[in-house]
Amino acid sequence: MSKNFIDDFPILRTQMNGHALAYLDNGATTQKPDCVVRSICGYYGGCNANPHRGVYELSAKATKIYEDARRKVAKFINAKSAREIIFTKNATESLNLVAYCYGLTNLHAGDEILITVAEHHSNLVPWQMVARAMGARLNYIYLTADGNLSAADIDAKLTRRTKILAVTQISNVLGLVNDVKTLAARAHEVGAIVVVDGAQSVPHIPVDVRDLDADFLAFSGHKMLSPMGIGVLYGKRELLDEMPPFLRGGDMIEYVTEQETTFAELPQKFEAGTQNVEGAAGLSAAIDYLQTVGFDEIARIEHNLTTFAIDELKKLPYVELYGCDAANKVGIVTFNVRDVHPHDVATILDAQGVAIRAGHHCAQPLMKFLGVNATCRASFYFYNTRRDVERLIDAVKTVRGVMHLA
Amino acid sequence: MLENIYTELIAEHSQSRDNRRTLPNATITERGHNPTCGDEITLSLEVTDGLIRDAAFSGDGCAISQASTDMMIELLRGKTVDEAKKLAELFIDMIHGDITDDDELEPLDEAAALKNISTMPARVKCATLAWHTFDTAIKRSEAQR
Repeated sequence: MSKNFIDDFPILRTQMNGHALAYLDNGATTQKPDCVVRSICGYYGGCNANPHRGVYELSAKATKIYEDARRKVAKFINAKSAREIIFTKNATESLNLVAYCYGLTNLHAGDEILITVAEHHSNLVPWQMVARAMGARLNYIYLTADGNLSAADIDAKLTRRTKILAVTQISNVLGLVNDVKTLAARAHEVGAIVVVDGAQSVPHIPVDVRDLDADFLAFSGHKMLSPMGIGVLYGKRELLDEMPPFLRGGDMIEYVTEQETTFAELPQKFEAGTQNVEGAAGLSAAIDYLQTVGFDEIARIEHNLTTFAIDELKKLPYVELYGCDAANKVGIVTFNVRDVHPHDVATILDAQGVAIRAGHHCAQPLMKFLGVNATCRASFYFYNTRRDVERLIDAVKTVRGVMHLA
Repeated sequence: MLENIYTELIAEHSQSRDNRRTLPNATITERGHNPTCGDEITLSLEVTDGLIRDAAFSGDGCAISQASTDMMIELLRGKTVDEAKKLAELFIDMIHGDITDDDELEPLDEAAALKNISTMPARVKCATLAWHTFDTAIKRSEAQR
């Protein structure tokens, strides 16, 4: 029997519409354990000053908290150096940084960018911008019937013309894990760089950027127990060094004259203005917490919840599942109830205390590819319980009745 | 709570096919879209001499957005554009909770059944999609004249 994590997450004891909360929208954001909330309060309660600037002790304390968090992140994803860790607002900002500072400076007319049809808009819309601006072409890897990337498409589209391969490690809709390591090796063979969207993977599976040989990795703190507003961009030092700054202003400079500026070294070059130090403190506490739980335990719990949910939903003849027959699946179950729009499903579940996501999940091209307008998505984290899944199933069983269809 | 939202009347209107068609003599066509949830409708109106002679729609969306569109079409068909604009305003005020008095809402006829949506902020946009689309359609056609 696993530890009762609920003790660490007071919000999971609250009620929603008069029912105990079954929070199954972890793909959107996760809840925060007490230790993370305390780390934020602790920062403001005793350590707040502007880091990197003051010579006084309090500023040094804030700097240490911020830079310790950076070192912890570097170790967490096995980066070679903390200089390769850029703090951002979230994965979206991280991906935009790569698009603006790498894409707009390294691509030429006729080059190709390759992404998958299962990308979140944050790893898709920026590449449309780069392609349009540089006269490059944006190509898509499509999916096979089980939801995995088409090997034939990869063979056909990953060519010498490909300069950037941008791929999610885990789809936020289908929950399928892409073999990023093999993709990265293939991409490097043809001279492309690899941008990995780790928003759904870093919270759930161990991610080692050196083992993957990822050139860039983006993820958000808030999907892994941390506060909103702190995210990470990992980039190989030699690439980051060559890139121009993203935002310009305070703290990212070396010398400024009336007409010219030289920029600070990594990572400050990419961190203009006062940064989210309490976010970094929270992220640091969250990493400690996750490592105490352990990724083996997280995988075990999420696997049990996911297979239980899929098995139970499969028993309902009026439920259609997406990407639920593949083995490489982590923590996300996407489905529809026949003849009922996902928003109505979500409202009916909400009335019974069950929180799921309904809509296009910021993946409209994938919805189109799947031939649906929207879906329901239940996404788990290690603090969810079998009871949460039972509540989901019980609520799904009421949907068609409420809609006067049963 | 759910019984007050997913009433049989709403179910009927959301499933009805009567107003899902194309108008051969449409004078105004407007696409309405709710980007946060993906619901979309295309509203067609046949307006001559300031009178809405016919209206129809196509599209996909939740029961609330589809029922609301269906109800709006039945309410506005045969009304003058000026009357219809007032009704759309009244409906939107109702959904936003600004008008709650049932007597005041009477002109909305069956569409007044969506009053309870005003207590569900997450679904307000579903209920108002068609009515905002109508409003945009009329404004656009007036601007073109």
